[in-house]
Amino acid sequence: MELTSPTEFAKQKVLAVQDYTLMTAQSVANLFRKPLYFADMVQQADLIGVGSLPIVVLAGFFTGAVLAVQSANTLQRFGSITLIGQLVSLSMVRELGPVLTGLMVAGRNASGMASELGSMVVTEQIDAMRALGTDPMKKLVAPRVISTVFMLFFLTILSDFVGLAGGLFVSKVLLNLDARQYWSNAWQALVFQDVFMGLVKPLLFGFIIATVGCYYGMTARGGTQGVGRATTQAVVAASVLIVVLDLFVTQFLMNVLSYK
Amino acid sequence: MPAPTLPLDSISPTSQESAANAIEFEDVHLQFEEKQVLRGISFRLAFGETKALFGVAGSGKSTILKLSLGLLKPDSGRILVLGNDVTQTREEDLFVLRAKIGMVFQESALFDSLTVRENVAYRLIEEHGFQDADIEHRVREALRFVELEQAIDKFPSELSGGMRRRVAIARAIITQPEVLLYDSPTGGLDPVTSNTIVGLITKQRDVYKTSSLLVTHRLQDAFTMATHEFDKQTNQMRALPRGQYCDVPMSFLVLRDGKVIFDGDVRQLAHTKDEYIKEYIS
Repeated sequence: MELTSPTEFAKQKVLAVQDYTLMTAQSVANLFRKPLYFADMVQQADLIGVGSLPIVVLAGFFTGAVLAVQSANTLQRFGSITLIGQLVSLSMVRELGPVLTGLMVAGRNASGMASELGSMVVTEQIDAMRALGTDPMKKLVAPRVISTVFMLFFLTILSDFVGLAGGLFVSKVLLNLDARQYWSNAWQALVFQDVFMGLVKPLLFGFIIATVGCYYGMTARGGTQGVGRATTQAVVAASVLIVVLDLFVTQFLMNVLSYK
Repeated sequence: MPAPTLPLDSISPTSQESAANAIEFEDVHLQFEEKQVLRGISFRLAFGETKALFGVAGSGKSTILKLSLGLLKPDSGRILVLGNDVTQTREEDLFVLRAKIGMVFQESALFDSLTVRENVAYRLIEEHGFQDADIEHRVREALRFVELEQAIDKFPSELSGGMRRRVAIARAIITQPEVLLYDSPTGGLDPVTSNTIVGLITKQRDVYKTSSLLVTHRLQDAFTMATHEFDKQTNQMRALPRGQYCDVPMSFLVLRDGKVIFDGDVRQLAHTKDEYIKEYIS
């Protein structure tokens, strides 16, 4: 294996960030340029949104349920077991719903985008598309970005809801709590800031997932092995970026929304 | 060697009035990382002419085609295509120019998630303004031209290599572009299919007067094109008498180590004194 000098390595990373930034800026600019490939957007929305539904529902439900199981033990010690609905709803809506849905969709779709576009790059289909007068950034990248942002928003809402349902299941069946009280607590605990934070995050995460997936796909080199590498890198980079961005966005929104 | 007809509505070439040559390379240099691929390439492709590009693998033949389309940018030098400097043109503006150019890629580069119909119709669908019936009519004509009408509903993965190449030709010619770029269109094909494809390229040259750059490793294909012309009446290629070889608009360009070492017609090529070229064509 050939060793790369630290300078060369740093240059490559800076260049990659530059390319990613340019591609991201271009994908945003393409939202306002014609042609808009509406049929492709709908197709991608179906693949990304409807296709991810089972894993998002399952992950959301069991996350809410396990959250209830874990917190019940602690809350019981302080005699506050009735607050379980509040705890599950705040955790799901503000944090776990957006992040877990983002990670699930990243695992499924960032890899899909990277492998699909990567295969098109190595078989010259992207060049053929450009040769035939079509801008691949508009035809392939823009619909994926729009659809992912749009669908992740609704998938997150769904995940939050089934997470609360998971918590309800545990509260009712395992802890014998009153269902009405659980819902009442869960609902009343949420304020505008919580919901706003929980709905801003999937928009950013969706953008990260699609642009990272497309970036690794469009820059894939080296045949099938290169496509495999791009796929892995896309999932890793998208997942790490989601987790890192989550911290900064949370802190930023807490300051902006004047959380107490 | 019969070839089917292509009664497409020809889009009349308009660039011939404004440009001196279909393609013009002026001192083009290109380097990929450490490797200098092109070192001062200069040549001209006249309107209506077909130029065959020869050279060993890695000599930059396919790169020249990609540069002509603006898919790659050179490090220095100028490339004029239909009078437009593609080295100075933005990618967005190049899409307009590319509508006048057709390219057949080395490995066909068909969209594997689309059927043959959708692949061939791709440009018409993307351009909009075409009725479905018109698109269907033109797709079938183009496929009839390459004798593949029966494969219209198949996917590229269901076709043989030769069939894929013919679909790629149909896709390239469906709008009757002013310039055609062929990247090894007969590479890896059997002699019968190769001859069919050579017939199609010759017909494009002689009947539709399309300017073409042809990258090939098969010398016999280029020599067949230089020594034959397409007879419209019999709809097949016809061998020319020895003295008329220079009447066909066909020339040759030989590359070596990123430089042009020969640019001329078949007679000049046959009488070259260059030992490397002699060995290459022998």
